[in-house]
Amino acid sequence: MAPETPALSEELVAEHGISPEEYVRLLEELGREPTLTELGVFSVMWSEHCSYKSSRVWLKKLPTSGPQVIQGPGENAGVVSLGDGQAAVFKMESHNHPSYIEPYQGAATGVGGIMRDVFTMGARPIANMNALRFGSPSHPKTRHLVAGVVSGIGDYGNCMGVPTIGGETNFDPRYNDNILVNAMCVGLVDANRIFKSAAKGVGLPVVYVGSKTGRDGIHGATMASAEFDETSEEKRPTVQVGDPFTEKLLVEACLELMNEDVIIAIQDMGAAGLTSSSVEMADKGGVGIDLDLDKVPMREEGMTAYEMLLSESQERMLMVLKPGSEPVAERIFTKWELDFAVIGKTTVTGHFVARHNGTVEADIPLPALAHAAPVYERPYEKRDPLPAIAAKDVSAPPSILNALERLIGSPHLSSRRWIYEQYDHMVMADTVQRPGGDSGVVRVHGTQKGLAVSCDVTPRYCAADPYEGGKQAVAECWRNLTATGAKPLAITDCLNFGNPERPEIMGEFVSAIEGMAEACKVFHFPVVSGNVSLYNETNGVAIPPTPAVGGVGLIADIAEMSDIALKADGDVILLLGKETGHLGQSIYMTVMEDRLEGAPPPVDLASERVMGDLVRGFIKSGTVDAVHDCGDGGLLVAIAEMALAGKRGVALEAPPADMPAHAVWFGEDQARYVVTATPDKVDTIKDVAAIYNVPVRVLGTVSEDTITVPGEAPLPLGMLRAAYEDWLPRFMTQG
Amino acid sequence: MKANVIVFPGSNCDRDAAVALQSAMSAAGNVMSAPKMVWHGDSELPESDLILVPGGFSYGDYLRSGAMAAHSPIMREVVRQAKSGTPVLGICNGFQVLTEAGLLPGVLMRNASLRFICKDVYLRVERDDTAFAGHYQKDQVVRIPIAHKDGCYFADPSTMYLLENEDRIAFRYCEEDGAITEAANPNGSSANIAGIYNDTGTVLGMMPHPERLIDPALYGTDGAKMFSSLVEKLH
Repeated sequence: MAPETPALSEELVAEHGISPEEYVRLLEELGREPTLTELGVFSVMWSEHCSYKSSRVWLKKLPTSGPQVIQGPGENAGVVSLGDGQAAVFKMESHNHPSYIEPYQGAATGVGGIMRDVFTMGARPIANMNALRFGSPSHPKTRHLVAGVVSGIGDYGNCMGVPTIGGETNFDPRYNDNILVNAMCVGLVDANRIFKSAAKGVGLPVVYVGSKTGRDGIHGATMASAEFDETSEEKRPTVQVGDPFTEKLLVEACLELMNEDVIIAIQDMGAAGLTSSSVEMADKGGVGIDLDLDKVPMREEGMTAYEMLLSESQERMLMVLKPGSEPVAERIFTKWELDFAVIGKTTVTGHFVARHNGTVEADIPLPALAHAAPVYERPYEKRDPLPAIAAKDVSAPPSILNALERLIGSPHLSSRRWIYEQYDHMVMADTVQRPGGDSGVVRVHGTQKGLAVSCDVTPRYCAADPYEGGKQAVAECWRNLTATGAKPLAITDCLNFGNPERPEIMGEFVSAIEGMAEACKVFHFPVVSGNVSLYNETNGVAIPPTPAVGGVGLIADIAEMSDIALKADGDVILLLGKETGHLGQSIYMTVMEDRLEGAPPPVDLASERVMGDLVRGFIKSGTVDAVHDCGDGGLLVAIAEMALAGKRGVALEAPPADMPAHAVWFGEDQARYVVTATPDKVDTIKDVAAIYNVPVRVLGTVSEDTITVPGEAPLPLGMLRAAYEDWLPRFMTQG
Repeated sequence: MKANVIVFPGSNCDRDAAVALQSAMSAAGNVMSAPKMVWHGDSELPESDLILVPGGFSYGDYLRSGAMAAHSPIMREVVRQAKSGTPVLGICNGFQVLTEAGLLPGVLMRNASLRFICKDVYLRVERDDTAFAGHYQKDQVVRIPIAHKDGCYFADPSTMYLLENEDRIAFRYCEEDGAITEAANPNGSSANIAGIYNDTGTVLGMMPHPERLIDPALYGTDGAKMFSSLVEKLH
């Protein structure tokens, strides 16, 4: 029986983020006026956040397959094979809008949500990472946001007992009013025990487990699909509240139940809660779903069907079980003191039906929600690339080592220790590379295999040239994994952009995807999961395009792994890769001249691939002792980071005379690695590199406890370390 | 050696502790049974040579760390066996639970910085005549990680006097060279206390996590000696 439906006002429709054209389409799909509850259901399912309506046509350009891929995009998370019947499950997701409004809870629930995506697939989470972008350090809200976000991430992951093994943090005034909080989780699963979300079969029990439902987070998905203005603070009630202890119970209970052969489909209740999870499961299974909302465990009284369907209360799961297995499941969830309720069944109707207090509150054909959501080919305008800036047009510093100290003590390059020490990065006792290197690495428990994980993107490059920036994000991730000796397997992405209804923003999105796709193809480094976050703008000012990339690589034997720390005095330091002294969009330019201009460094993907394969070979054969990707800040910064990590100094030779010295030391040319080796290995490195046409330059030797360059007074490592370690704690304790 | 590891719903270092014990047993050629994981809701605790209360967030610890866990069914048994002399090791949250359960004096308060801190710290070994510390030497400096938000040890002056005079301080936070300084104190603990014993030296509570440094691949092996000592002494 179709519900009674008076016509809804235009204002009400608009408040739900549904455009007049979309409403016409809704009426056609439904064949009548919707109830208020149905309007709510449509609004979340057709929101940008759930429907990917602006991005979908472009996401198809990303390569998603490869022999290592077990599950590509479309499930809760992607899955790649690790050999020996094991697989890694991973995904990255944004929680930008909520984290700006309520940093602690916004960030915490972002971490909770991404871990649920991973254990929903049957995997035990074994590593977390995060990529954070804050506004200028001088902006009055920045300190408060950093403190709240970091402690929210820490408290959630720490309580769950999952190590947070790294990440990246940027400060840039263009994020002043729209911070980005992107969280990544990696889990481990047996390749033959992966759980999915298709509810195949009719008459099956639909089971609700986890926390009770309250009024928190209603319309979170819709909020995440609109831009901010002065009234954004009023959206605080749409931010969810996290309870990591309940999530810990939930992961243990779910994994325990997964050992029994009773689950047909499972889906976490994330954005758009009960609505999205039930619609996705039924749609993928090709069945209808009938929910009795009277059975939903409630935290507060008097909630309407509308509120229950749209609530984003955390730590909840929906499952479809084999008939008759309810007692097995109930016993396990009771043991873990979690709510358990059979709240519906799958049906032949092909409809999403929700009943409450004896009334049908919603009765919608599933295709209308899942497939009829509008898909937009939004108009886009690509920008002309900026002209390259010659090194001679960026002034030289009076002292190279003084410039190094300034760079490494700047907000851009200083130590992130204040952040990562708030994350338990050692729990599970398998962290074999802690934060601070090129990648975090966890051992696959009980084996010698290692999983390297890295999150990367360089927003200032993307802002200058979204296409090259998209390439660079993937290339840097590939390099960071490679520098540990890992074979890069696949990536997840988190595409953070402004308002896609503006052609210039859509142009950034299209260009960035094209760049990423190109790099993924060359590296055979497919995208297996991801998330799109649009409308990251306030009063018409957008964030820089920020396509964050989270990569996973496999180290066959951690005994052969490498890291960035200098190992022994007398080791020779070498640069592998071509030097052009590219200073446009560099950290040097922004710190020393307070400007960011020109084209970003171009990324030669073919060279990157050759370099990566070469370096991995050197690591595996034990030819090199330390390896570091040459990235932000350039060559001298890379060397300084290696010195700080190894607690050893370096004596450097004069740079080539045909380029300005500051361009050599601080240029950010891509496809380069700094390596060290014992003197007897240097000829081998040169000979092998020559075969691949890779330039090799001897930079100097590891020695004592100072950084020395010709013609300048040595810089004691202690002073360098003070500059490196000082900035963030000092900033956080000011005022 | 028979060992019981107590598992609360929010424990998250239970596996790590069991692995550390197990590898110490294997290294000693001790092929006896694997550590037994005992669920918090159980009211029976098998007799054993060692009880280990691991790190984590017992019941979420929203009230006060370890406060609810101290009143769980299994803790009544832990207290009973501890009082009859069974060695008990409480690590991190386990230390908090043992103080809340009255097996050890004092409390663990919020860190002075008010932040969670995860990092390696140096500890000075204050006693080497117990089953726990037998493979360390007194005054030796060892490197062990901490990972906690509530690790600031506090006790009233008379308790502090007792702890000092009865030689019940197990470890103190120190500099790399063993100096006891304020800078080396990561959480504001009284007298740089990182771990304490009960009056018989059979119950040890400590905030640092020895189970996390038992393997060169994990950045060090200083933690392994605690487990090898337990395996040898409680054989």
